[in-house]
Amino acid sequence: MTAEAGPGPGAGPDGAPPPALLARGLGKRYGALVALHGLDLAVRRGECVLLLGPNGAGKSTLLGIFATIIRPNEGRIAIFGASPREGDPAALRRRIGLLSHQTFLYDHLTAFENLRFYARLYSLPDPDRAAASALRSARLLERAHDLVRTYSRGMQQRLAIARALLHAPDILLLDEPFSGLDRESIDRLQECLREERRAGRTCLLATHDFAAARPLADRVVVLRAGRLVADRQARGLDDASLEGLFRDATLPPATGAQAP
Amino acid sequence: MSFLRAVALVARKDLLSELRSREQAVTLFFFALLVLVVFNFAFDFTVIEFVSLGPGILWVAFIFSGVLALSHSFQIEREKDRILGILMSPIDRSAFYLGKVLATSLFMAAVEAVIVPVSVLMFNYRFSGRIGAAILVFVLNTVGFAAVGTLFSAMTTRTRRGELLLPLLLFPAAVPIALAAVKTTSHVLAGRPFRLYASWVALTSAYDVIFLAAAVLLFDSVLEE
Repeated sequence: MTAEAGPGPGAGPDGAPPPALLARGLGKRYGALVALHGLDLAVRRGECVLLLGPNGAGKSTLLGIFATIIRPNEGRIAIFGASPREGDPAALRRRIGLLSHQTFLYDHLTAFENLRFYARLYSLPDPDRAAASALRSARLLERAHDLVRTYSRGMQQRLAIARALLHAPDILLLDEPFSGLDRESIDRLQECLREERRAGRTCLLATHDFAAARPLADRVVVLRAGRLVADRQARGLDDASLEGLFRDATLPPATGAQAP
Repeated sequence: MSFLRAVALVARKDLLSELRSREQAVTLFFFALLVLVVFNFAFDFTVIEFVSLGPGILWVAFIFSGVLALSHSFQIEREKDRILGILMSPIDRSAFYLGKVLATSLFMAAVEAVIVPVSVLMFNYRFSGRIGAAILVFVLNTVGFAAVGTLFSAMTTRTRRGELLLPLLLFPAAVPIALAAVKTTSHVLAGRPFRLYASWVALTSAYDVIFLAAAVLLFDSVLEE
């Protein structure tokens, strides 16, 4: 894990360390489609934020911008106080892990080869050992030398989790990680994410699966049409309240004009 | 990780994956072979000299099979969002591009290494040129085509009907390399002295350098959503 050198440019006025993730006036357009509209969000270190919203609300775009793979049209982001455009983007990427319902794994490589490939991409000191250790944690060591295409969906997701955590990132970005998983795999992923929380990792989790994500979250933010429309503490919210928040977000935005 | 190691890592991953699946190899070889067979039926090579038409036929086979290789190269990265895993890693994105160029060049070279001898047998041609010059010409042209093709493949794979869009964008940009490839191959197969086609080799080399350099500079923007 990377040590902080002190308050960065995004540090608060009281000298407190900058938030893990910060977005200010963030805007993103795809042609005529506005995916994000002047979005402000700060995620504190060690916090787990649940990102809710209907399809097309801008959740994946926001995660993509924080992952430094999508460039915003407006506004700025800071990761631990550093801008990926001004600082060293490679150093920032080292501190981020992305897990989605897609596994990023190569079907015709073995599980070991996949993890070793990613370990080498991240310049881990001993890629073979790192891959073996991650496989052991994922309880896949006995199938380490089988091609990934022979794995079940649940096993592939376990391997994908091992891949995302291989370089011990400080921030985890999760885009629909529970999608397509059976109950047992969801339980295992929840347990794994709880461990990451205990280790102090920051999480930003976009999902439609309220029940699976709620126990992990400290805060819930809701997006609608690229705008942040609700920001609540997760404590005290049950599944019904979350569904209510989600339902409100799916209603068409108010136009401001009242019907006569 | 050093830049060159990252290039080799990406290329090695593609080659290993292909060795296992053999998805591309079979398609590319049979496609190129099919082109030769079709042209063998279309022209009477007992009347026409192979040196006059052969280089064009060979490069039609290599360029079309190359387009298949290029299309597959990024399609595999887009499936399961694998490309995100690479883009999120700290390696230089131009190393990813050069790794792809290297892997595609090697796939195309493997096809060429089989198809050229097959064409010599099929068209009953006696090669009298220099092997070294032939290798130089094939390497320069193959790398040039892979360089420009990889850039366009990266651009088109995230679009709908990218596999149709790729040749439409690529062929106009690849005209100089296609011309140079046919001309230089024609001279090499005829066993003519190097000075007669040195200017074409210089053009190919310049094309390679310009496209590789431009793509290295542009690739980061190409991959941005």
